[in-house]
Amino acid sequence: MHQLSRQNQLWEETIPGAAHWSFQMKRGNALRLTDIEGGANLSVLFYNMEEKLERYNMPDTLKAQHTAHLTKGFVCYSDMGRVLASVIEDSCGWHDTICGMSNAALVEAKYGKADYQQQRNAMHRNARDSMLIELGKWGLGKRDIVPNVNFFSKVSADEAGGLHYQPGHSKAGAYVELRFEMNVLVVLSACQHPLDPATQYSPKPVHLQAWHCGTADADDYCRNFRPENVRGFYNTELLFR
Amino acid sequence: MAIVESSLNLQQACYDQILPAGESWLHEVKRGQIFRILDLEGNQAVDTLFYNAHNAEERYSAVDTIREQANLYLTVGTRLLSTEGNVLMTITADTCGRHDTLGGACAAESNSVRYATDKKFMHSCRDSFLHALGHCDCGMDKRDLTANVNFFMNVPVTPAGELTFADGISGAGKYVEMRAEMDVNVLISNCPQLNNPCNAYNPTPVRLLIWN
Repeated sequence: MHQLSRQNQLWEETIPGAAHWSFQMKRGNALRLTDIEGGANLSVLFYNMEEKLERYNMPDTLKAQHTAHLTKGFVCYSDMGRVLASVIEDSCGWHDTICGMSNAALVEAKYGKADYQQQRNAMHRNARDSMLIELGKWGLGKRDIVPNVNFFSKVSADEAGGLHYQPGHSKAGAYVELRFEMNVLVVLSACQHPLDPATQYSPKPVHLQAWHCGTADADDYCRNFRPENVRGFYNTELLFR
Repeated sequence: MAIVESSLNLQQACYDQILPAGESWLHEVKRGQIFRILDLEGNQAVDTLFYNAHNAEERYSAVDTIREQANLYLTVGTRLLSTEGNVLMTITADTCGRHDTLGGACAAESNSVRYATDKKFMHSCRDSFLHALGHCDCGMDKRDLTANVNFFMNVPVTPAGELTFADGISGAGKYVEMRAEMDVNVLISNCPQLNNPCNAYNPTPVRLLIWN
């Protein structure tokens, strides 16, 4: 597996705070997400590019790997028992996938209303509406919004199930790297996490770098991270035989 | 865990059916009606999805439900929220104590990952959901399947972020009851999973009741 370098980088781009975007990542390519300033949140959904009915499945991801969070070694499963993407590096340690995304009512209640007429592109955006815009570009819509990943955000649960958002979890320069195991449509929004206690509307930018890393070999860390993942990679590789 | 009993009389229910393990059920519960799921023999996972009966694009959202109540587990007082932020159901009685909404529904494909490749040929909740939707003539299909509630299932999350599948805390005769806050279509798979303790390795029938 090749590390990111100037030689093999395919493209890079900075997603401004609260912006949304969508693009394809091909099997064998990887994406580094970097929290430039610290305190970023990137809400992300994954779909099989060739059959978008196959999509990220939070419960299958969690129960297959006996986890309630994502970090290095864990993979993102689709509802079809295949691996969409693997977390191959992570300097952050915890990414949330149980709290969903912000919506218009939540953002207005927390930060007030700021529309385009008043604020131009500093208008207040929310992740659900942002996702719907991006999904619309691919013929998808509300029925395709499922529980997402919130990269750079940590929400843990106590013994009684009480949820605790951890402020200051992601530091400036924190990064996470995803290797794509199939051809994947990535849909993202850089809006704040819905449990972010910040009283100010202050979405942070995220830098993206894509590179060709190659596919997982037999002794790959994520493949062997759990016995379930060996079978998940087998299911995935059947698509490409 | 709060245990709250119901004062409703079984004889006064307007709907009363037994749903065997491995079967699906799609039924409308009207606004104001009370819906009860009764665990007849104990530790039976009941995988359940909820939809606005007039617009299925609005459906149960596990992540919005747990985030807005700031707790992972469903119990008395939990408002089951839709993707649009509206309340589909409110849990009004619960003699089990808590219910899961992170574990999702078993499927052929997830069984192949979790247990062994050949386990994909076993019956699953996803198959039951697809069977019900395939027969409903309501325009719903796999796109409408999302993260569900597992009534009576015990899936503790540790403070370190591990997900565990523990022995059930339900028992014979325990029930959960909820009031519909809008007209709701309820889609159930009475779970046929045999590979983990969610059904105590013995899937059993449940009783479904509705009161006006």
